Amino acid sequence: MSQPERRLVAWFLYVAMLALSIGATLGPFQALEHAGINLYPYLAPFIRSYYQGLSIHGVFNVLVWTTFFISGFLTFATMSGLKHPLYSLKLGWITFWIMIAGIGLTGWALFSDNATVMFTSYPPLKAHPAYYLGLTLVVVGTWLVSANIFLTYRAWRRDHPTERTPLATFGALATFVMWDIASLGIAAEFLTLLIPASFGITQGTDPLLARAFFWFTGHPIVYFWLLPAYVSWYAMVPKQAGGKLFSDPLARLALVLFIPFSIPVGLHHQFTDPGISEAWKMVHAALTFVVFFPSALTAFTLLASLENAGRARGGRGWFGWFFKLRWDDPAVAAQVLAMLLFAAGGVSGIINASYDLNLMVHNTAWVPGHFHLTVGSGVTLTFMGISYWLIPYLTGRKLWSRRVALWQAWTWFAGMLLLGRGLHWLGLLGAPRRTMLGAAAYRALNPEWGLPSLLVGVGGGILAVSLYLYLVEMAATIWFSREPADIEVPEAEAVSGPEHAPFLLERWRVWIGAAVVLTAIGYVPTVVQLLAHFNPVASLRVW
Amino acid sequence: MYIELYEKRWMVLTGVALAVMFLAIVGSVFGAGIQVPGVYGQVNPARLPNTPPFDQPGVRQLGPGRYEATVIAHIWAYSPNEIRVPAGATVTFNLTSRDVIHGFRIEGTNVNTMVIPGQIARVTHTFKKPGTYLFLCHEYCGVGHQNMFGRVIVE
Repeated sequence: MSQPERRLVAWFLYVAMLALSIGATLGPFQALEHAGINLYPYLAPFIRSYYQGLSIHGVFNVLVWTTFFISGFLTFATMSGLKHPLYSLKLGWITFWIMIAGIGLTGWALFSDNATVMFTSYPPLKAHPAYYLGLTLVVVGTWLVSANIFLTYRAWRRDHPTERTPLATFGALATFVMWDIASLGIAAEFLTLLIPASFGITQGTDPLLARAFFWFTGHPIVYFWLLPAYVSWYAMVPKQAGGKLFSDPLARLALVLFIPFSIPVGLHHQFTDPGISEAWKMVHAALTFVVFFPSALTAFTLLASLENAGRARGGRGWFGWFFKLRWDDPAVAAQVLAMLLFAAGGVSGIINASYDLNLMVHNTAWVPGHFHLTVGSGVTLTFMGISYWLIPYLTGRKLWSRRVALWQAWTWFAGMLLLGRGLHWLGLLGAPRRTMLGAAAYRALNPEWGLPSLLVGVGGGILAVSLYLYLVEMAATIWFSREPADIEVPEAEAVSGPEHAPFLLERWRVWIGAAVVLTAIGYVPTVVQLLAHFNPVASLRVW
Repeated sequence: MYIELYEKRWMVLTGVALAVMFLAIVGSVFGAGIQVPGVYGQVNPARLPNTPPFDQPGVRQLGPGRYEATVIAHIWAYSPNEIRVPAGATVTFNLTSRDVIHGFRIEGTNVNTMVIPGQIARVTHTFKKPGTYLFLCHEYCGVGHQNMFGRVIVE
């Protein structure tokens, strides 16, 4: 890979880390607030309220950190998998600057307290137009990233008409095919409802229709975050752990199934919304269970691959192999720990998706408990693990300290275990999410929230330590590490190789067609009904 | 495509487990009668004072042991925020919002609904045991969100 290409990928990752340093720094303030330690008064000149801090935490972590990391990592995975230069380096940099302009606008709106709307964009809450325009530019950026990746693939395909696409590249393509369809919902919400309302062009907007558009994208976006982690788990981790991928064809099958199945599930976020029929909610509940299937497949393949690695390294017995994995390699340790936390998060996700069981947990602290184990751990800790080899590869500088990186992975694991346990527990006791719980008027009436809140606070404190270990490790590697890195891009061989994969898995038109049909079944009746009863209400600023 | 024997079993097992869980959900809906919110009609949030039943928020007795509670959610309170019913009462809550999106969850029950401006939310619950049941707003609705709560007092 050429130096200019490495530089482009590296800059996407640097911006991702910068975003994480902003977003995650604010996290412990929320956790400590729940535990009864309110530090917001000390942030007053910069952060005026708990809710402003939480809005920044959400946007910078879950949108900017993930999107920039993914854009860099999947561009990298495409080039390195195909061993083919990027279609257009110039387009890559134009995309980068469009996205920077986007986070500049959104960041300004957030930090000036003009967009304390939480990251969910639910009208009639009205943020400054800069907030919505900025996020729109970031989404447009992801479309341009995908265009560059697709064009690179097309150029490679012309010279290699019959070859199987390398697995890492295959995963990058599946991710962006899925995302380009899924992001149409948020585009519809922003362009037709939120931006006109925020400029005052329209008097108001229909909050229920906006929620339907939002969740059209809002559930599949979690697969946009997760599939790049799967790319690493499938195509790279088995090699790094010292073994082989168990089954390449089933890895492809799992990845490709996310294209049709990840989109018609969004109504499961609206189980408790009035104005949407129970029947369509039930359809989405069933389809959400279907999309669990490729993740269950992934669990098997990954466990089998890790077992393969552990046994190759001398592990014996039912569980002995697990302890023989390369636990001294931070890239492996971080990603295996991420998988464990993700498995726990997946189970609480099934409960969220379970139609009426959801009534117990909807909008309680259970939900942030769930996504701190999935996005906050499964995805984020994996991305941290990836950066422990990818940043040295891109910069040519050896990882500054392996020991610090290992401490970072384990402290993240411990912190998330406590935080996740605390939040799930609080949720079962009925504590609401996105709420300044320590200051809540009903806090004293719920003394049983004390112990789980303490777990949340302690977990958040440990996570703060872990975050700074990560940032110090990365900064020291980039600026101070003098030893040259000697790193090959990990490419896992497979026990059952790609030659066993039917070519149908690469017929993208088939999968796109299936996605369009299933999405239409899942959404057209509901959206038609909502449009027929369009009921706009006035936008408001309530902070 | 070659699929290893254990892998095949795992796939079948996953499919069976998901099917069983889904059937359990269907059973809980039709057997135990647990309801999620559906479609109950729309209102204009700017005209609530002229729109029945929201022109008269409060509790009304409909019949023996049957009550209706009409509640308006607004920043940052419920009107009314105290609802008194006798033990054993079956209460149908009619809710809507005057301004932004709110939530309504009664602690210790299955009552959980979004309260969206323009939409009517309806949920029914039978309060068997006497006591005080808190209900809280669980959707961010501005800087006073953490103060938005009320009580159902079952006597």
